[in-house]
Amino acid sequence: MKALQVPFDSAWILKNRRKIKKELLADGTPRIEKKIAVLGGSTTNDIVSILELFLLDNGIQPTFYQSEYARYWQDAMFENPELETFAPDLIFIHTSSRNITEFPQDVYCPAAEVDAALERQYTHFTQMWERLEQVYHCPIIQNNFELPSYRLLGNRDASDVHGKVNFITRLNCKFYEYANTHTAFYIHDINYLSASYGLDAWLEPSYWYLYKYALCVPAIPDFAYSLTRIIRSIYGKNKKVLALDLDNTLWGGVIGDDGQEGIEIGHETSMGQAYEELQCYLKQQKNIGVLLTVCSKNEPENALLGLQHPSSVLKPADFVVIKANWEPKDRNLLETASELNLLPESMVFVDDNPAERAIVSAQIPGVAVPEFDCVEACLRQLDRAGYFEVTTLSSDDAKRNAMYQANAQRAEMQKTFADYTEYLKSLEMQGTIRDFEPIYLQRIVQLTNKSNQFNLTTKRYTQSEMEAVAASDQYIRLYGRLEDKFGDNGIVSVVIGEKAADTLHIDLWLMSCRVLKRDMEFAMLDELVQQCRQQGMKKIVGYYYKTAKNAMVKELYGTFGFTKTKDMENGDSVWELNVADYTEKNHVITVNQKECAGQ
Amino acid sequence: MTHAEVMERLTGVFRDVFDDDSIVITDQTTANDIEDWDSLEHINLIEAVEQAFHMQFQMKEVSGMKNVGEMAEIVASRASEKPKKKGFFRR
Repeated sequence: MKALQVPFDSAWILKNRRKIKKELLADGTPRIEKKIAVLGGSTTNDIVSILELFLLDNGIQPTFYQSEYARYWQDAMFENPELETFAPDLIFIHTSSRNITEFPQDVYCPAAEVDAALERQYTHFTQMWERLEQVYHCPIIQNNFELPSYRLLGNRDASDVHGKVNFITRLNCKFYEYANTHTAFYIHDINYLSASYGLDAWLEPSYWYLYKYALCVPAIPDFAYSLTRIIRSIYGKNKKVLALDLDNTLWGGVIGDDGQEGIEIGHETSMGQAYEELQCYLKQQKNIGVLLTVCSKNEPENALLGLQHPSSVLKPADFVVIKANWEPKDRNLLETASELNLLPESMVFVDDNPAERAIVSAQIPGVAVPEFDCVEACLRQLDRAGYFEVTTLSSDDAKRNAMYQANAQRAEMQKTFADYTEYLKSLEMQGTIRDFEPIYLQRIVQLTNKSNQFNLTTKRYTQSEMEAVAASDQYIRLYGRLEDKFGDNGIVSVVIGEKAADTLHIDLWLMSCRVLKRDMEFAMLDELVQQCRQQGMKKIVGYYYKTAKNAMVKELYGTFGFTKTKDMENGDSVWELNVADYTEKNHVITVNQKECAGQ
Repeated sequence: MTHAEVMERLTGVFRDVFDDDSIVITDQTTANDIEDWDSLEHINLIEAVEQAFHMQFQMKEVSGMKNVGEMAEIVASRASEKPKKKGFFRR
């Protein structure tokens, strides 16, 4: 919904929340259901009601558990049948500096005592996180602390161990250490958020005295949006691609008219500096795995000329697809998406021209189209929107651009082969297909939660759920990794089957679209059948659960040689295979011949 | 701003906040007269009124107002037409 896109009108959202909710619920978009427990150290009601709007807008249908006022610690630490029955998918702990109880009271007390107080305060939280982890096995989002509203020691409050500013800063650092050493634990950075909003406005005291809110009510939409960034990232709803206009977006001026020496980029001019900083930001996005593409109305050679400008930070090789032509931009975006095997809604379209933005948002539902009116606003707008919020950083992310580029090279090569099998053989593909290994678990979870198209059941797992599956002998699990002469695609496929007597029920079968049409699915199936034979399984049952996005695998089990046993009205189907009748299907990938990284 | 003008604009704010276009308010209206007006919605109402009239209530007023008439009186005495300067975050 437009009204919920950054930059949004917070006051309007607060006032019209009922109307907005009605509209969102009536729009018919499919949403995943998530149970979210909000454990508050202050009032949380309006936070929850606004958070609900943003989550609905991001394809997540939440149900909430809210602790009684300021009972976060008791709710977490003691037996809690209500919360246990609720069985949260996610826990958010809404604490603030108002909940700090161990602030140094006496400016003359020895530093060692302050250290001990800090440790006590930290333990108050770690005890709680550990218990929540043990009992609820779900991701935890924890606020850090905002700076205080006053400073007894003035500027010295920052450096002196007796200062509140100092205490909060050190406590925050301890929280970060915990986050760095625990998976599925995420810091919600209200320290940054409150600074960015304006600490005085954020801490407007009447909201605390009147309603026991730890932040001012007008800041709640910003707060809820910030939290939504983390939640949508956890559930694989981040964007993946930046589609960038060139003229007056990546540089000042029009390359076709002004020529390479006429455009503004680089530190010679103030405008040039602004474009340069934006380009640096985009390049850093690329380095953390965001795919960059060009979508510009230009002659192709002019587009390249601009990107070859000596001061241009972004070079032609930084882009996985460059569309520079005079076709409508919405058409170019759809083509880009299909070339990358990604959904159009995974794209963010960045263009200085409001008319182009309007066409694209009207033509392609779900594409993010940030609004900005000048280059100096663009970077901040992109950053605040958090389309690519990082909750996990895997080395695969960093390699993603190279992988997509290698894909483009493969496509080039394919043109020279008459026979597709010959082409596949020429790729010299090496597959590694094995049971889950701890070092890959994070990537397996990540892939599981973001694959939509080649995904038979679209079942999502949290890190802890996946750990439980990995540890149980009830399951046959496979991950698949694919390399070829152009590069390593990393882990691209995951299969989980649950054993029941001599039948294996396939809970999860998914593959990254970057390796479509490489016969990797056959290699996975061969390996699965082999495992079944070794473990005495006689029958495999596969399920196809229809979603808005997975039509491409509707008949997958058919091509695998399964027989359809049920065809439901809602589009779901059930399939069966007799293990004894199976013959191997992969003839192009060499499997398990290379040493795998885990050994 | 006259009392009548304030009441007219207040009606719009009430209708938005409670998402009910049939709401009619008078000086005597209290929280008991509007079904969804509880302590939680009171916060939203106060926020929306402050926003609509570019003014702020003091703490003692928020908890001390007896009915819509008293609210309108405070608003009328303090309302300004120009919005206050806002930070970039809330543009």
